[in-house]
Amino acid sequence: MKIQKRTFALLFYFLVLIVPIYWMLNMSLRSNADIMSAFSLYPSNITFENYIKVFTDHTWYSGYINAMIYVSLNTVMSLAFALPAAYAFSRFKFLGDGQMFFWLLTNRMAPPAVFLLPYFQLYSTVNLIDTHIAVALAHCLFNVPLAVWILEGFMSGIPKEIDETAFIDGYSFPRFFITLFIPLIRAGVGVTAFFCFMFSWVELLFARTLTVTEAKPIVATMTRTISATGLDWGLLAANGILTIVPGALVIWFVRNHLAKGFALGRV
Amino acid sequence: MEKWADNKAWFLVLPVFVVVAFSAIIPLMTVVNYSLQDIFGPGNAVFVGTEWFKEMLTDTRLHDALGRQFIFSSLVLMIEIPLGILIALAMPKKGWGASASLVTLAIPLLIPWNVIGTIWIIFTRPDIGLFGVGINSLNLLDVPFDHTARPSYAWVTLMAMEVWHWTPLVALLCYAGLRAIPEAYYQAAKIDGASSWAVFRYIQLPKMRGVLTIAILLRWMDSFLIYAEPFALTGGGPGNSTTFLSIYLVKLATGQFDLGPAAAFSLIYFLIVLLFCFIFYQALLNVGKGEKTS
Repeated sequence: MKIQKRTFALLFYFLVLIVPIYWMLNMSLRSNADIMSAFSLYPSNITFENYIKVFTDHTWYSGYINAMIYVSLNTVMSLAFALPAAYAFSRFKFLGDGQMFFWLLTNRMAPPAVFLLPYFQLYSTVNLIDTHIAVALAHCLFNVPLAVWILEGFMSGIPKEIDETAFIDGYSFPRFFITLFIPLIRAGVGVTAFFCFMFSWVELLFARTLTVTEAKPIVATMTRTISATGLDWGLLAANGILTIVPGALVIWFVRNHLAKGFALGRV
Repeated sequence: MEKWADNKAWFLVLPVFVVVAFSAIIPLMTVVNYSLQDIFGPGNAVFVGTEWFKEMLTDTRLHDALGRQFIFSSLVLMIEIPLGILIALAMPKKGWGASASLVTLAIPLLIPWNVIGTIWIIFTRPDIGLFGVGINSLNLLDVPFDHTARPSYAWVTLMAMEVWHWTPLVALLCYAGLRAIPEAYYQAAKIDGASSWAVFRYIQLPKMRGVLTIAILLRWMDSFLIYAEPFALTGGGPGNSTTFLSIYLVKLATGQFDLGPAAAFSLIYFLIVLLFCFIFYQALLNVGKGEKTS
């Protein structure tokens, strides 16, 4: 009986979690005139015109492509930079290691708003404004420290004897690192990639500041449209639903590692 | 684990150092530069020393934003932490139910932050939103619900959105902490005839100490930096009632182009965050030690 009450409460919570998303789905399947004229708990005459518009109008669908490009770029960059550094932090004692680690973490905590102005100027100076690489690089500010932090946790779980044995067997460091060590922590790499993807995907402030048209992601397109075109709720909702899809797919792929990633508490 | 002492490890850290330095140190120096000058245009700036800092430290709007920020972040902790623990305790331990719960919980975390705002606008609008229409049809409020109408309504909407968005993170962390408790502890408690409260108080809560510390500090820090969600939902209004530090800063910097004051504000803001960050780091180190000795 007690278990049932508990399950019931949990189901109620999940319902609360789902309802706002359902409501957006409901809106996305109705035309704007329909939304404004009648209040309805479910879409009575379903239309896909909002989605069709998103997929056929370049200003909308290019937003998704741009976002996917810089998010993937950022994930790859973060991992490439963070893997050797995390190895250094987990294996070596060196001058200033503690301070360096703390300094990296402060960047995870830094308010993005603080960096807004100088970023625009910095990236203008190096001619990177409105490119995917600019946003990917800017997101490294918080994703690289995060990646180092998560990977260091996974690497510290691998006994050092493995490294020693490999070096005695005549492995060079790069060969050992790429062919032996990284496969050992592939779950950690997956979890790290998940979090890098997540934080780059959800971020708005940098993505909006550093892009104009060529690399403008969907989140920026959406904020501009809210103020610009007298609020087409159906279209906005359809875009909102579509931004959830990549995240949901990624969650599905890492669902078995998710708990372990959070267990390290390094988010 | 005993570590090798070798300063050559710096070569492995160097790429990270370079990329983060490019993203953090150069911009920060630019901010310091702005904060000490009055800028009229390109190549036309006057050194003004600490004037902007004095101005910002006595700025009542900044004080108000800081006050609101503290109230907001405290409320966030008071609601999300207990709720998160309860959800984690109620979640199934294995089987498809556990997977389904994890996936459901993770969904709000992967929605872009301004889309979270959009979801809640659509959900709470008094004309088209389920929540807005629902609450107004009950006729309980003297002024019909509309999150743009009254500061209190805006705050309720904002808190609902924040709790909706981030409680899953707390729940996931707590759940991970609970999963790490060996089954033997529960068996021992069962033999002793411990009540479920005693199991919670003397087994689960102490074992969750590590993840709870992280959850509390993460939620504190991240709610302190909140920008996109209130920006999308209320835009800081009505009036300035939901203008938090980041929103005020962006208004100051890009809305009014007050570069000097905005830069001084940035540095003050950054120092406050840095202080929290230091406390966070110390707490984390101590948590690690506590687990090793016990």
